[in-house]
Amino acid sequence: MTIHQLSIFIENKAGTLVALLRQLKEAGIQLIASTISDTVDYGICRIICSEPVRAYEFLKEAGVAVSLCEVIAVELDDEPGRAADAIGVLSDEGLSIAYLYSFLLGGKGVLVFRTNDNVRAVEALQKGGQKLILEKDLSHLL
Amino acid sequence: MGYSKFFNPEETLDRAGIEALQTERLRATVAHCMGSEFYRKRFREAGISAGDIRTLDDLQKIPFTTKQDLRDTYPFGIASIPLSECARLHSSSGTTGNPTVILHSKKDLEQWANAVARCLWMVGCRPDDVFQNSSGYGMFTGGLGFQYGAELLGMLTVPAGAGNTLRQIKFITDFGTTVLHAIPSYASRLYEVMCEKGIDPRRDTKLRILAIGAEPHSEDTRKRIEEMLGVKAYNSFGMSEMCGPGVAFECPEQNGMHIWEDYYIVEIIDPETLKPVPEGEVGELVLTTINREAMPLLRYRTRDLTRILPGECPCGRHHKRIDRIRGRSDDMIILKGVNIFPIQVEQVLMQYNELASDYLITLDTEEGNDSMTIEVELANSFIDDYSALQRLERNIVRMLRDEILVTPKVKFVPKGSLPQSEGKAVRVRDLRKKY
Repeated sequence: MTIHQLSIFIENKAGTLVALLRQLKEAGIQLIASTISDTVDYGICRIICSEPVRAYEFLKEAGVAVSLCEVIAVELDDEPGRAADAIGVLSDEGLSIAYLYSFLLGGKGVLVFRTNDNVRAVEALQKGGQKLILEKDLSHLL
Repeated sequence: MGYSKFFNPEETLDRAGIEALQTERLRATVAHCMGSEFYRKRFREAGISAGDIRTLDDLQKIPFTTKQDLRDTYPFGIASIPLSECARLHSSSGTTGNPTVILHSKKDLEQWANAVARCLWMVGCRPDDVFQNSSGYGMFTGGLGFQYGAELLGMLTVPAGAGNTLRQIKFITDFGTTVLHAIPSYASRLYEVMCEKGIDPRRDTKLRILAIGAEPHSEDTRKRIEEMLGVKAYNSFGMSEMCGPGVAFECPEQNGMHIWEDYYIVEIIDPETLKPVPEGEVGELVLTTINREAMPLLRYRTRDLTRILPGECPCGRHHKRIDRIRGRSDDMIILKGVNIFPIQVEQVLMQYNELASDYLITLDTEEGNDSMTIEVELANSFIDDYSALQRLERNIVRMLRDEILVTPKVKFVPKGSLPQSEGKAVRVRDLRKKY
């Protein structure tokens, strides 16, 4: 009930991000969402994309420091308060979020996050009536 | 097959036998050195004559020979025999001042090959092995030195030479190479490229023995290389002034390198006072060649720091063992008044599975103070967690500070981003302002 995210270690140096994006372009991978948080020397670029497993293999083959992670994606109706509802479910269960980002896809909001216990988080979200997005849903929406 | 464990009878001499042979050869060498203009002058200036050197203790009377002496007498000033009787020379690159030249007679070359063959035989190389040499040929002694030793032993030799990693790997797989000579950083490189090409060294190659040397490396690096390639890796010690490879080599015990005392007299001195250090303590290695005719060197200061390992070796050889080289006095970094060897940094870094094998130490001046930044490559399978990466960084900094007594800055970089030559890896960069 989770989706794949690519996590790429990149140096905080001119040209490293574009080099990565060009590699994905070469592989014919389409980005759906991405985020980079900044630190002084390096960053981790997190990407939701089409064919994440193939993208991972491709980057790995090219010698890129990349890992394939399981993250949770929740679909939200386009109206106020839905994010609070979704995160509230996790909070009630005492689960914590390592990182979170969001994007819009096909008129719906999507929250992507990793928790300290994805198995329990998935259970809680399902029980709480939240709609979990699967990988096939993403490619369908593209 | 009923092969002997030993290549030469000299290997099994006991201490008394070694010292008797050394005494005899020292006298002969000193007498022979009087054919050298350089040593005649040296002895005259020191107020000694060849006849004064009768015992091993008398060696102390002879002045040291230094690399500067080799430069000052460039190219042929130390030769003890006429050039017409010499068969080859090797010359080191002269990055500062004159290069150095070492001359060899035909007999010297035979004896050199014998020493290398003895080393390779000691670690289990036999005539049915296939030996591949990834050293540069030509002036670099690791090329021809290993070549003739391996041929004398009787192995099929693959003189691949330096670089061209894909071709090296093709030779290893196609020719069934079982023994490889490589510097440690290149062995790691070979493994990385094999992985990229989907070659599993354990499954797809017959490699079993690796001779590594020429670059200071830690025990953890050796273990890592052994693990990666599925081989036994043996430390090799040599230097062009002493022919090249074949000076000292590890036996199957992998605990110190036997230095061939029928070829060399070993001393360890304090580089400051120039007096011998107590047995077992670290100091500068000083060697006297006693089995060479074209250009013997008396009490040559190698600049390599090591120590004699105490105790007997279970392998049955009584030739002294030197510890792995702690670095050269030239490699030493002096930062905020503290002496640091890059190998100390490497020993700490190699303990972390999260890190790959390459690193670069940069020394710089920040606000008038010395600073040290260590860039280290992260292993490809990294953890997507900032706090874990920060914890790792803090932990490494703490370990390094305990080891080198200076607090460095540690910077993670992606694998493959540090300067990587096909030869020796660049380990230290000094950008400090010189006053």
